[in-house]
Amino acid sequence: MAHHEVQVTVAPPDKAKIAKLWRVAGILLAITVVEFIIAFSLHHGPVKTFLFVILTIFKAGYIVGEFMHLRYEVKVLFWAVLVPMIFVVWMLVAFVYEGTKIVTY
Amino acid sequence: MSHTSAAVAPGKSVWDGGVSPMGASYGKLMMWFFLMSDAFTFSGLLITYGLVRSSNPAYEGAASAFTFATTHWPIPEKVFDAVPFLHGVELPLVFVGLMTFILIMSSVTMVLAVEAGHRMDRAAVEKWMLWTIVGGLTFLSCQAWEWTHFILGPGNGGTQVTDFVNGAWITRTIEGANLHENQYGPPAFADFFFFITGFHGFHVFSGVLLNFLIFYNSVTGVYDRRGHYEMVEKVGLYWHFVDLVWVFVFTFFYLV
Repeated sequence: MAHHEVQVTVAPPDKAKIAKLWRVAGILLAITVVEFIIAFSLHHGPVKTFLFVILTIFKAGYIVGEFMHLRYEVKVLFWAVLVPMIFVVWMLVAFVYEGTKIVTY
Repeated sequence: MSHTSAAVAPGKSVWDGGVSPMGASYGKLMMWFFLMSDAFTFSGLLITYGLVRSSNPAYEGAASAFTFATTHWPIPEKVFDAVPFLHGVELPLVFVGLMTFILIMSSVTMVLAVEAGHRMDRAAVEKWMLWTIVGGLTFLSCQAWEWTHFILGPGNGGTQVTDFVNGAWITRTIEGANLHENQYGPPAFADFFFFITGFHGFHVFSGVLLNFLIFYNSVTGVYDRRGHYEMVEKVGLYWHFVDLVWVFVFTFFYLV
């Protein structure tokens, strides 16, 4: 097999795009720091859990939307991925509630 | 790359054939659907954790007076408070926080590799893939240390349990953890720790292998000859998903 070098044209770095990715990284790390502050300043309870869930959804949104690029995909793909997750949320709510009704001791 | 959805002839729908209705290549689409099925698996694990946790008695009382006992669910920050080389120092959640930082950073280097791939910049892809592999290996090493510490126990003398065996009450001490019992709380606590972080760790391990494959292929010029770096993007999706799962594990296992 003849081996020859392929000619590849390298485009210059997209400065704006790269800056945006670093900004998203900064947001993710900042949210994690906020989670840490909440972990040591609030008592365990529904309020704390609620705050953690909200912050986690924000983090997940940034990872899936920006890093995995889902925000910029065709709408059909976006909803095809997102809609089934509704069932997961329902399952979580239902099972955690059911758990409080189980007596294990 | 196949981001642009092709123009459709007048009177035709994108579903009539000839174009990709979802504007993504077959491989990328299949990666998305695989990740969805994987998300269901992880949801199953985390939701079962939620079920069992809410069915076990929670610790009532001041957090400062907390002690390990098999009769109540432990407060996670009291279990995960150790950091390598700082034996005996209580640093709750600091090490897991560091692991979270490492995984998020490796996700950033991955997305930079994808960006370099779009520009056909082989050198940059190699650089960022290498950083991603380093991040993944560092995370795995941290996890190995955490598991070792969890299994062996913090060395505080263990937890006393009293069982009714052959008609007599017998008191004994549990140190560390395995799948049958653990000093931190109910047996299920350690089981979920091993299964959830273990399943996630195995994903990280597979991700590192895939990342290495991508690195190897770009070094040998496979993607230059192919004319595109879409494989970086597909494995990137997987790697970000692993990071995403960790975000949820971090919240629901370590914080809540």
